[in-house]
Amino acid sequence: MLNAIWAGMIIVGICFAMVHPERGMEHITHAVFRASEQAVAVALGLIGLLAFWSGIMRVAEEAGFTRLIARLLAPLVRRLFPSVPPDHPAMGSMLMALSANMLGLGNAATPLGLRAMRDLRDLDPHGDEATDAMCTFLALSTAGVTIIPSTVIALRAAQGSSDPTAIVGPTLVATMLSTVIAVVLDRLYRGGRR
Amino acid sequence: MLVQAVAFLSRLAIPLLLLLLMAAGVRKRLRLYELFVEGAKEGFDTAVQILPYLLAMFVALGILRESGAFDAVLGLVGPLTEAIGVPREVLPLALLRPLSGSGALGAMSELFASHGPDSQIGLMASVIQGSTETTFYVLTVYFGSVGVKKVRHALAVGVWADVFAFLLAVYAVQLMF
Repeated sequence: MLNAIWAGMIIVGICFAMVHPERGMEHITHAVFRASEQAVAVALGLIGLLAFWSGIMRVAEEAGFTRLIARLLAPLVRRLFPSVPPDHPAMGSMLMALSANMLGLGNAATPLGLRAMRDLRDLDPHGDEATDAMCTFLALSTAGVTIIPSTVIALRAAQGSSDPTAIVGPTLVATMLSTVIAVVLDRLYRGGRR
Repeated sequence: MLVQAVAFLSRLAIPLLLLLLMAAGVRKRLRLYELFVEGAKEGFDTAVQILPYLLAMFVALGILRESGAFDAVLGLVGPLTEAIGVPREVLPLALLRPLSGSGALGAMSELFASHGPDSQIGLMASVIQGSTETTFYVLTVYFGSVGVKKVRHALAVGVWADVFAFLLAVYAVQLMF
């Protein structure tokens, strides 16, 4: 998918420049050279903060932050999954996955999420159709409340922002509202089928 | 009032998180320094791994921009989205985001480079990137791992959630900055 999009962007760009020669093809060449230099500058500038964040997040995992958030979320999440018994392993793995998501622990969140999907599968081992609980879990995972968008902050800082964390508040608000919307939509779609 | 509270939260988030972490770590007698250094090594690798993705997006977007194709296409669609308050510059990011996390990261970074991270476009790009997900990737991987072929309404919910998150991000930035 992305292969076609990426190639398409370059092909369209170059063809467009060919039929509008008044702008001059050398601009394309310059754009390529400049873009390459910029990409390296950005990635190098990113190393410091990204390493810092990964270090902090390793500490956060060991200090039990994921577990703490999971405990805080439990009452709310139980209500969203009436088809999952509260003491079933799926509840625990879903909570851990959602908590890791909130902390922006992308690398940790995916394996935890896959684990949760397997546990949800155990509740309904037959068929190739998504269960209600799976759909709700996916809705929560893709809408994802974000407390610390660490990669965004790191990139902002690397590219000279005077206030890299200014976006934390709006991001939190936007993700909380979109999570509510995702849950409501999930309910509406499910209701509409019955 | 609400706007001030959110801005306050933005300023406080990182120091507060650090303080809580250190306090929790000391109480649990964690090897804090060693853990941090181990984690930081991973972060270094991540930054290096991101480079080729940034490069690919910077080059493709750079060509589109320089050729004038960008202005031509966005000139057609832009007036429509701008009628609901969405600047045309953030549209490519919105289209890439559900498909590719690293591609969207590249698009955001390119907007930082061309408009500045503290411009309204840069701020919008930041919040969009932080509030939306690579929905198609998550859906494919999560459902694929348990052999689910009929995803029912999960795809529609994921895409709509991204559309709303995108609009909320745009409006939140307009409201706050």
